[in-house]
Amino acid sequence: MTEPVLFVDNLKTHFFTRAGVVKAVDGVSFELAKGEIMGLVGESGSGKTVTGFSLLGLVDAPGRIVEGSVRLNGTELTTLSGAALRSRRGREISMIFQDPIATLNPMLTIGQQMKMAIDAHERLSDRAAKARSAEMLTQVGIPSAAARLRAYPHEFSGGMRQRVAIAIALLHRPSVIVADEPTTALDVSIQAQILYQMRDLAAETGTAMIWISHDLAVVSSLASKLAVMYAGRIVEQGPTATLLRDPRHPYTAGLIASLPATAKPGTPLTQIPGTTPSLLSLPPGCPFAPRCANSADACNEDPQMTVKDQRGWRCFNPVGRNAEVSA
Amino acid sequence: MIGKSTPLTRFWAEYRENKIAVLALVVVVLMILLALFAALISPQNPYDLANLSLIDARRPPGFVGSGGYTHVLGTDPQGRDLLSAIFYGLRISIQIGLAAGFVSLTIGTTLGILAAYLGGRIESLIMRLVDLQLSFPAILLALVIVALLGQGKTQLIGALVAAQYAYFARTAYGAAKAERGKDYIEAALAIPLSGRLVVMRHLLPNCTPPLIVVATVQIANSISLEATLSFLGLGLPVTEPSLGMLISNGFPYMMSGRYWISVYPGVALIILIVAINIVGDQVRDQFNPRLRR
Amino acid sequence: MLGFIIQRFIQAVLVMAVMSVIVFFGVYAIGNPIDIVIPPDATQEIRAEAIRRLGLDRPLYEQYYYFITNLLQGDLGRSFVYNMPVLELIGGRLPATLELVLISVISATFLGVSLGIYAGYRPDSWVSKTIMAVSVLGFSVPSFWVGLILILFFAVNLGWLPAGGRGETVEIWGVAWSFPTLNGLSHIVLPAINLALFKLAMMIRLARAGTREIMLTDTIKFARAAGLSESTILRRHLLKLISIPIITVFGLELGSTLAFAVVTETIFSWPGVGKLIIDSIGVLDRPVMVAYLILVAFLFVSINFVIDLLFALIDPRVRQGAVA
Repeated sequence: MTEPVLFVDNLKTHFFTRAGVVKAVDGVSFELAKGEIMGLVGESGSGKTVTGFSLLGLVDAPGRIVEGSVRLNGTELTTLSGAALRSRRGREISMIFQDPIATLNPMLTIGQQMKMAIDAHERLSDRAAKARSAEMLTQVGIPSAAARLRAYPHEFSGGMRQRVAIAIALLHRPSVIVADEPTTALDVSIQAQILYQMRDLAAETGTAMIWISHDLAVVSSLASKLAVMYAGRIVEQGPTATLLRDPRHPYTAGLIASLPATAKPGTPLTQIPGTTPSLLSLPPGCPFAPRCANSADACNEDPQMTVKDQRGWRCFNPVGRNAEVSA
Repeated sequence: MIGKSTPLTRFWAEYRENKIAVLALVVVVLMILLALFAALISPQNPYDLANLSLIDARRPPGFVGSGGYTHVLGTDPQGRDLLSAIFYGLRISIQIGLAAGFVSLTIGTTLGILAAYLGGRIESLIMRLVDLQLSFPAILLALVIVALLGQGKTQLIGALVAAQYAYFARTAYGAAKAERGKDYIEAALAIPLSGRLVVMRHLLPNCTPPLIVVATVQIANSISLEATLSFLGLGLPVTEPSLGMLISNGFPYMMSGRYWISVYPGVALIILIVAINIVGDQVRDQFNPRLRR
Repeated sequence: MLGFIIQRFIQAVLVMAVMSVIVFFGVYAIGNPIDIVIPPDATQEIRAEAIRRLGLDRPLYEQYYYFITNLLQGDLGRSFVYNMPVLELIGGRLPATLELVLISVISATFLGVSLGIYAGYRPDSWVSKTIMAVSVLGFSVPSFWVGLILILFFAVNLGWLPAGGRGETVEIWGVAWSFPTLNGLSHIVLPAINLALFKLAMMIRLARAGTREIMLTDTIKFARAAGLSESTILRRHLLKLISIPIITVFGLELGSTLAFAVVTETIFSWPGVGKLIIDSIGVLDRPVMVAYLILVAFLFVSINFVIDLLFALIDPRVRQGAVA
């Protein structure tokens, strides 16, 4: 088997705040093959966005990566110097954000912003840069792209702005793109368009993608594999179809049960009782135990990842068919 | 530590973390005490002309005057003991700063909340006026008013208030307006709760944190502005010199090397203003959720 | 764009009209109007003649009408003390003030914005903490006190720089300026520092707050994620985004510095309009006071108008009418 484009092992990103240490990411491991799309699912505050920023080395103070490894195309990123890391951002790995209104600079034209992104990694003449930019905009579905280069962000609709942001992120055809809920702020009809366009683009260019979302339904239609995050760690991961059909971790099962599509019409949606714990005061042992129907004495210990047939879960009392008790 | 965790104790616990701010607070309290008990601790009553002798005028620090005691900080052109004059001057400066601050606070807050609560024509009339005034430098306004009304404590406070109430009005208006727009206020008015109750219970409390911050800063500004006006010769009568007046009196002698007459009152003034501003800065940072970590 | 300019122009004219009403009532109605035009030692006949000539026995609105028509014809009366038309008197002093104010505000802005961006970019470094401490001082220490200390150190104790006056001047287009001569320049240094210090502190704070806020936005994160270097981010993104609040404050400060020049000019005997107004208040030369107020109001309104135009040039959203 070939080396995956992205290999993350036991990544820990902690925030050293006035109130104490917040373990936003606490031992996350996964890998991503070329062109693969992985969905990273979790409630807000589960650490999925911080995971994304950690991959690019863009964690703001007072946070930092305290442990673990991020290998991109065989290079360890966590020990790289600032300049070496910068030269990889945008070229080998890039990121897009939730709110397209906030990501683009309102004072600069689209063309200027794309030129800056090109200049960060390549020497191109103005004309060549324009041609490349226009081509990229066309690819993400912006009509009469060459003329639009002179336009400012406010002249675009929200969906179009997000396409521009995607075009900028894809300019150098990176191996990995981290998409942090890029469709959440958009209308539902535009969401779907962008979703499938991204999938096609990833397939064409061979770019692997990490799609961060709180919405299991959105991700599962797109990603070939899923990772479910809870309280700073991945509690279950595996191929999308398997996970949806036969979840092991009670939290995953709860998420699936609360999807409207799985409920009988007319019945109330299932809820997971309780709320996300504060990352400042995590209970010892399994962080999900207080909300878990299956919790037992064993859950006072921290469960390790049980790996079996391309999938893994962190639970002493897994649910589902053929579930075996590990411990 | 075991104890009740009220908002106030939490506020103090966070405040205590900034050592410089604590020091500044101590200084402010100390200055107020000095001003309060000026009569008890001063070696001389600087307003009692019978006490003063021109033989003692403009003597350097450490001079033993005709009163028989050492003038630790020297004497001023009228032969006043400078240390005593500074204590009494502090008293006047703080008095005027507080008075101007509180009157501005009252007038400004009333106008701001009224504008936010009543809305419509009254709102735009009040706020237009306030904005127009805010774009005008406070010192100029104060200068003109003092020039028109003449000199004296009341006129001076009036000028300071006229120059500063607009800041309070803006602040109160901003906070009250944001709260006024919320659904629960509409609901309270629909019950109908009386307007007075809505203002007192909901609008006013929500304006309090930003108003405290503005008040701290504006009291410091009042003191500074008063000193400036006095320095320009437009402040209080010469008989009861504030810190600004003391500095002004010493200015002509500075060129001949008699620095102490201006410098020591100035040092007192600056310590006071800087300390108040540091306290104000810390309070503002603590009220600002965006800077929270 | 044109609509925007016209709208702002009408606003400026309206504000000016309101200001003229305020000044009129402030000085003519509250103060004794006779004192404004007649020296205190004038005879009874001159008083009566003046009352008739000025129409002070007429209703207020008619008086206002006279005041405005005179104003529009550029007639603001004569100074008692200097016995010359007020407009000429002020016009002769204005260059000295403008010279001082422009040098102070421009240098304070350039220095303040650079220091502020640094302090906002690296808020935890000791250099930034020093910068902020200096700005707290510059903000809270009254400017007349700074002036005194500057004189005490650099003029009295060290004897490096002159303590007052304009020094040698050079005439350019019939107006005297200090900055082209070395001697004039040495006279300008201390008052300029004095006047600039408060503005410097303000610009530092503003630039720091803006930088801190902007550096946390998604725009900057996205630029970093695209691999842009920090220097590009600072030069292209931050400077562009921070320019809007800076220009607003620059305009406002230009106006308020004109007012603050009153203090500095008094301390350093700088023969500008600020010194003139303080002297005039001292001797109750009221026509000069009225004219000064109208002039400052006019400068304020004009500066704001120019700033609005600058906005339109800088911000594409305003230029293209996306926001009012």
